[in-house]
Amino acid sequence: MNLCALTIHEARASLGAGHVTATALTRACLTRIHALNPRLNAFLTVNADEALQQAAAADERLRREGAAAFNDQPLLGVPLGIKDVLSTRGLRTTAGSRILEHYTPAWDATCVARLRAAGAVLLGKTNTDEFAMGSSTENSAFGVTRNPWDEARVPGGSSGGSAAAVAADLCCAALGSDTGGSVRQPAALCGITGLKNSYGRVSRYGLIAYASSLDSVGVLAKDARDAAIMLEVIAGHDPHDSTSAARPVEGWEQALNGDIRGLRIGVPREYFIPGMQPEVTEAVRAGIETLRSLGASVIDISLPSTTLALPVYYLIATAEASANLARFDSVRYGLRVPGADLVDTYRKTRGAGFGAEVKRRIMLGTYALSAGYYDAYYVRAQKVRTLIKQEFERAFAQVDLIVAPTSPTTAFKIGEKADDPIQMYLSDIFTLTMNLAGICGVSIPCGFDTAGLPIGMQLMGAAFDEKTVLRAADAFQRNTEWHLRKPAL
Amino acid sequence: MEYEVVIGMETHVEQSTHSKMFCSCSASFFGAEPNTNVCPTCLGMPGALPVINQRAVEFCIMVGLALNCKIARHTFWERKSYWYPDLPKGYQISQYQCPLCYDGYIDVDVRDLSSGNWTETHYRKRIRIRRAHLEEDTGKLAHAGNVSFVDYNRSGVPLIEIVTEPDIASADEAYAYLSALRDIVRYLGVSSGDMEKGALRGEPNMSLRPKGSDTFGTKVEIKNLNSLRAVRDSIAYEIKRQSRLLDEGDQIRQVTLGWDDARGVTVIQREKEEAHDYRYFPEPDLPPLVIDDTWLEAIRARMPELPLAKNDRFMRDFGLSGYDAMVLTKDRATAEYFEKVVAALCGEKNQGLQAAAKSAANWVTGELFRLMGATGAGIEHVKVDPAQLAGLIQLVDNKTININTARQVFEEMFASGRDAGAIVEAKGLAQVNDEATLSKVVEEVLDANPQQAQAYLAGNEKLFQFLVGQTMKRTKGKGNPQVLQGLLKAALDKRRSQ
Repeated sequence: MNLCALTIHEARASLGAGHVTATALTRACLTRIHALNPRLNAFLTVNADEALQQAAAADERLRREGAAAFNDQPLLGVPLGIKDVLSTRGLRTTAGSRILEHYTPAWDATCVARLRAAGAVLLGKTNTDEFAMGSSTENSAFGVTRNPWDEARVPGGSSGGSAAAVAADLCCAALGSDTGGSVRQPAALCGITGLKNSYGRVSRYGLIAYASSLDSVGVLAKDARDAAIMLEVIAGHDPHDSTSAARPVEGWEQALNGDIRGLRIGVPREYFIPGMQPEVTEAVRAGIETLRSLGASVIDISLPSTTLALPVYYLIATAEASANLARFDSVRYGLRVPGADLVDTYRKTRGAGFGAEVKRRIMLGTYALSAGYYDAYYVRAQKVRTLIKQEFERAFAQVDLIVAPTSPTTAFKIGEKADDPIQMYLSDIFTLTMNLAGICGVSIPCGFDTAGLPIGMQLMGAAFDEKTVLRAADAFQRNTEWHLRKPAL
Repeated sequence: MEYEVVIGMETHVEQSTHSKMFCSCSASFFGAEPNTNVCPTCLGMPGALPVINQRAVEFCIMVGLALNCKIARHTFWERKSYWYPDLPKGYQISQYQCPLCYDGYIDVDVRDLSSGNWTETHYRKRIRIRRAHLEEDTGKLAHAGNVSFVDYNRSGVPLIEIVTEPDIASADEAYAYLSALRDIVRYLGVSSGDMEKGALRGEPNMSLRPKGSDTFGTKVEIKNLNSLRAVRDSIAYEIKRQSRLLDEGDQIRQVTLGWDDARGVTVIQREKEEAHDYRYFPEPDLPPLVIDDTWLEAIRARMPELPLAKNDRFMRDFGLSGYDAMVLTKDRATAEYFEKVVAALCGEKNQGLQAAAKSAANWVTGELFRLMGATGAGIEHVKVDPAQLAGLIQLVDNKTININTARQVFEEMFASGRDAGAIVEAKGLAQVNDEATLSKVVEEVLDANPQQAQAYLAGNEKLFQFLVGQTMKRTKGKGNPQVLQGLLKAALDKRRSQ
């Protein structure tokens, strides 16, 4: 048995029954990381020593208490990856940027602290586009991550490292972050399950901010059940994050009853557009048929503001980013390239520390907020954002779930879009609308193209309706096997 | 030519909350070891987030209410972006479009501080408040040679920024405004108001124009003023300097000035810069701030009587002079002390209220202030409680002791905290009012000083006080001076007629 291939729920069963130890499971993952990471570059930092200590502690408790230990530590002994935009105490956190290459935080992000409290084994930090800005991990300062299904292709991004690590069985599951599709799009391109939570569902405290009003912590997992298990651990109000919702943590795993009879599914026509890869359209249409065959009713809907989402997103996200990234001034932490004076030091440090895409977005955002342009760009974008939000609210009065492709194409070749930001931005065209609306959704595998690359289908739910989203994804996975396929490595 | 000055004032008030504006670090940065009151949030670490300090919001609303402002019921925070090492996030969380408090005013009593007789010469002036909002303070830079250090203890301490309309028309008015503002924030317990420690930072901007003109002249700003006197003196200096320049046909340059306290001159700190673009936009890390009725009314209910209202009430109800009312209401604890003395003197029926208030005022502004000044004790450390002071005053009123003895007794009380009655009894200081006893003393004094008595009768009236002194001496200061004087006069008159 390949221990690394276990899902969280499978691992828990084995650990609880004493068939496997957390140490063995962790060692298996570390061995596989050692073997495959040089090819995939999914992990930027491997936390081997601490992971083994955590595993040993887990084994200690499991020996004493057995499966009962999962009652208060639901992830006891489960090896996980953490996207490198999440602050980890004592563990280097780079955000994929040269400017934080040697930065080790003194504190944990709330979601990381919750994973630790749940007994998880933290294997290390996964690669990301610099400051989560990108759709391919090509913007990482530490090299691209390769797609386990085809190493000449990107894994998607920005949580490409986490997606590749899960798809390649380097860990059971991983945390990611999703600002415009950064969990769902790489999940789709790597053939795994990616959960983007409602804005405010999971604390952002310790998530290195890209665009504060859009950022959400999400989960990359092998199936919907694992995503539900992870969500139960990381969700819930955090007094350190004023935008985290005071909503109770629900029993999402328990709600997975496989029953979606009567579920009303909306299929928005704006998400099936010319120029899409035909195999994607076909696979998603087939996926929708599967849902219908399970008892859901399907209706066509329209979300006309979708076409405005891309420009709105790139105004709001970049505006917020331009301020969020101002703190990287070399004064307190991070790279410092000394200059002739203060301003020169700022220039040299940021010039050397930030990559091209980050600079591009800081400039876009600074411009959008500048005197004389603010009303025309930022204010107008916010107005359209409100319209988009209202449009989703109206849609969810009519349907329980909206189903659409996650990405217009399967994984593209490394370098294929790297020189064309607009083409790159378009790969998030189906995902970023959800961030503007603050709703939740999951991307699940629903087929493969002729090149053998996975195709993702996204199920979108109303804000804070993770329950419906996960239940539908789980029901789909109980009746399909797309999510069980593994890349040949 | 005759000019008039137009002054607006921007004031930053450092709040004395326990914790900072957006994190739970201690806000008392003064004197603390550098960078000890810090956390990921006020250091701007990657991923750290702000959380609003409710108390700071309440403090700002209280100041707004005290300044007769409208309170925004639905407002939000904004990021103000600029670069400086003492600003850890590269932006300050502030308010721009929608200040928490706006459209208010403050009435201040302006005194002519150059006249010498400034205590009674004053007029009341209304200064409009444009806005008062909440923001976070920055850290502090220290320079040593070509190295600089940053201390982030102050980073994130809550600040209230208060901006007036350009209604201030003289250095004295500026002084009066800031002084009144300082009294108010101290009354509210919102800030120490100590300008020397930077807890209250007033920055006037001013321009001169020919008297009667309706256009504004070139504006200068004055910063780094760490006392009320510096505010007044720097403005007065600038009015003179600019008047002279304008008279000579020169232009005023738009600059930021500092104040050299030692030399008593302004110095140019910065030439006019190109207008800063702070790129304000709503802070996405914080939800909008909603002030509902319940909250606002709860804050309103906690508002104390403010200095000016107290001042006016003291004058009206107690019949105090403007001077007494002012010095007694400047500090809230002093005013409360004074009122307790008055209450203890009058009892519940408020009998003889004005007379009681007059003697209480005399004691508080006289002996109490003198001893507080001499010992450096604040009112909260004074051992004599108001009832004890009232007890002393009553001993004078019922002629148990005379005023001179009372002063001695008060010194004892101030030092020991004992009751006046106990001291009088222990030291046998009770006044002698008995006429028979005192008549005997008068006769003895006249017999012992025949020459002085003769000289007085011959027209040297100054000697009367000498003779009074002799009688007091003989009674060891306990003789009732009024009775003694009467008896002495009568005895001398009798001798004259003999």
